[in-house]
Amino acid sequence: MEFYEAFGLSPGLSLDAEDLKRRFYERSRQWHPDRFSRGSKQEQQRALDMTAVINDAFRTLRDPVSRAEYFLKQNGMEMSKDAPPELLEEVFELNMALEELRGGDDSARPQLVEAQERFTGMRAEIDRALGGLFEKYDATGEPAVLNEIRGALNRRRYISNLVRDVAKELNVYVAD
Amino acid sequence: MSTLQIDFGRSKSPIVGIDLGTTNSLVAVMELTGPRILSGIVPSVVSVAPSGEVIAGSEAREMLLTHPDRTVYSVKRLMGRGLADIQDELKLFPFQVGPSSESVLKLQLGERVLTPPEISAQVLLKLKRDAEAALGAPVTQAVITVPAYFNDAQRQATKDAGRIAGLEVLRLVNEPTAAALAYGLDKRKQGIVAVYDLGGGTFDISILRLHDGIFEVLATNGDTHLGGDDIDHLLMRIAMEDIQFEWGEDISNRSDAVQLLRRRVIEAKERLSFAPQTVIDLEYKGRRYQREITIEVFDRLIQPIVDRTLGPCRACIADAGVTVEQIDEVVLVGGSTRIPLVRSAVEKLFRARPHTELNPDEVVALGAAVQAGILSGDVQDKLLLDVTPLSLGIEIMGGLVSKLIHRNSTIPASATELFTTGVDGQRNVLIHVVQGERELVKDCRSLARFDLKDIDPMPAGMARIQVRFLIDANGILNVTAHDLRSGKEQSMDVKPSYGLTDDQVEAMILESFSKAEDDLRERQVREARVEVDAMLAATEKARQSDAYYELSDTERAAIDRAVNELLVVYHSDNYLLIRSKIDQLDQATLPLAERILKGIKIDA
Repeated sequence: MEFYEAFGLSPGLSLDAEDLKRRFYERSRQWHPDRFSRGSKQEQQRALDMTAVINDAFRTLRDPVSRAEYFLKQNGMEMSKDAPPELLEEVFELNMALEELRGGDDSARPQLVEAQERFTGMRAEIDRALGGLFEKYDATGEPAVLNEIRGALNRRRYISNLVRDVAKELNVYVAD
Repeated sequence: MSTLQIDFGRSKSPIVGIDLGTTNSLVAVMELTGPRILSGIVPSVVSVAPSGEVIAGSEAREMLLTHPDRTVYSVKRLMGRGLADIQDELKLFPFQVGPSSESVLKLQLGERVLTPPEISAQVLLKLKRDAEAALGAPVTQAVITVPAYFNDAQRQATKDAGRIAGLEVLRLVNEPTAAALAYGLDKRKQGIVAVYDLGGGTFDISILRLHDGIFEVLATNGDTHLGGDDIDHLLMRIAMEDIQFEWGEDISNRSDAVQLLRRRVIEAKERLSFAPQTVIDLEYKGRRYQREITIEVFDRLIQPIVDRTLGPCRACIADAGVTVEQIDEVVLVGGSTRIPLVRSAVEKLFRARPHTELNPDEVVALGAAVQAGILSGDVQDKLLLDVTPLSLGIEIMGGLVSKLIHRNSTIPASATELFTTGVDGQRNVLIHVVQGERELVKDCRSLARFDLKDIDPMPAGMARIQVRFLIDANGILNVTAHDLRSGKEQSMDVKPSYGLTDDQVEAMILESFSKAEDDLRERQVREARVEVDAMLAATEKARQSDAYYELSDTERAAIDRAVNELLVVYHSDNYLLIRSKIDQLDQATLPLAERILKGIKIDA
């Protein structure tokens, strides 16, 4: 897996964030195009390519969710785009409330604020569970665990989109 | 004299750092002791004199009052923009649009028709010459700063301006990042730093992590059309309404009066940074307009403008993944941060007293010089990791955007996509690349259209063309494509949505260059002569010393010969010839210099 190789790491779902950052800085110092501005065209191109990989890899691996998505994809597992069935009813109600708010009916606001908090909480819960699953897979290598992770990631992505949609309507800014 | 001379121009030529500002520009260079500003502030104003001569800098700024229709300022606002983009600017700025196309905007200055990059190139050329005069050596390479929130077309236009001015632009650096470099240079700083940069025409906010000489930008945000200019316009509008009432005359169509008023308004604005009240005082053709303005009134007027900077600040903090409490320091950059209301707004938002010990007008140029030092290898322990300010995406079905590289990704950054054909025998695939955060193509900024062409005819969906989008360290997009079936590089045409093609830039370079080269040669000769004068004087003085009489006859004869030969070539206009004779005298006086030096040591 190219992104792990870029840092001299063996592929795994759990990662030491501080160690990764140290490796990132170390390799940036070595390969950044700034270090080759008096070099040949080939050296400059190589520095550019290497740094692009290092940056893409760091961005992907430092975040547990994008790291796991990358790991699954490299293992031939695609993410599904379907809504998790257990959330369907709740999402239906939420969308109704969103419609009302968009239509100018502010009475839906408290319901949305409350939903927002609940979904944010659910997402935090998934994040905690993922940490455990990562360790479990790294220790056992069981395909069933990987499947479980995929399920959790799908759920998480779906909830994240909801949180973002609601935030947009409530006019609060949240980072992804 | 070997020991008494400063070694000019004999080492590799220096890379300069340039702050190409909306209102003012500056050039600096990295020296052993640190970055140094090379010349005075150069107003970013360009004028075409009635003689046809193009003038940039302070002289051009004076022409704003005498020849407003032949003079242009704040042209940075037009860089990388199309005719449709600038309708709002046209209401506020006296830009005279010339015969433009949809993608290439042109301004009319007297008889000349110039693009914004050509106009900026005149400012760069002035800076280049000032730097050459100060350094006594030709300058051909530069680092130029741009607002962090500049998009691809605006960056490309800035790079084009450099090329037209005869400068190889080794790197575009974001202004707030450059400021952080200058700021964090003397102390070994660690921690999270926010840079708030409110200039003449642009606003940037960047949050960086400083760690062991690495300056890592975590996030950036801003507005490329927000700055001191907006405050000036506000005050001018009020004054013009007053004047219409008092004089019974609308002066908005008298461009000389408008420019004079603009100057008075700017002066008043600047005074309000230090005084509780001031007077806007205009005298025009025997009539006088005076209006007192207090800091309270001023603050109330500009509050909405200052408030517009706060949204991007909050978004930037969130995107950086930090809290306000985690931000250790706030640095202020740009002339508009001298305004007390701006300072207090920043202090309130970040809950920290902002740093102002570096001159906000100079800090960006100083940082550019540091980056130049990094590129030349003179600065070894520092490294800048910057980000792209805007997401990059491609148009997909339904006019939607598929994001490939997200904003605040560390650059260089890349993404690859696989493309195929939709119809049997299709020979072309068109890729429309956009920049921006919105979901619909029409709400984003069109960057360019890439036409993958000469695809081998085959059934629909069978072609496999891998396209790599790479944003380089300048924040500029590079696209390459490979046909995975044949393994060959895929040919394509690039049509930038805004800006100049490579050929157009080439043509502009040739035009401005021949003149510049003549000027450079002349200056080099002049400077060599100055050096000769100094050398001859120093040699004459050394001839009076005891050390001179300790030299052997051959050594003394060599000095005499070198002096004579130097005198012979003194009036030659061949710079290299003079230089070679300078070197010869330098060599001949070496034994003498050594003896003098030894004498000094013994005495001490």
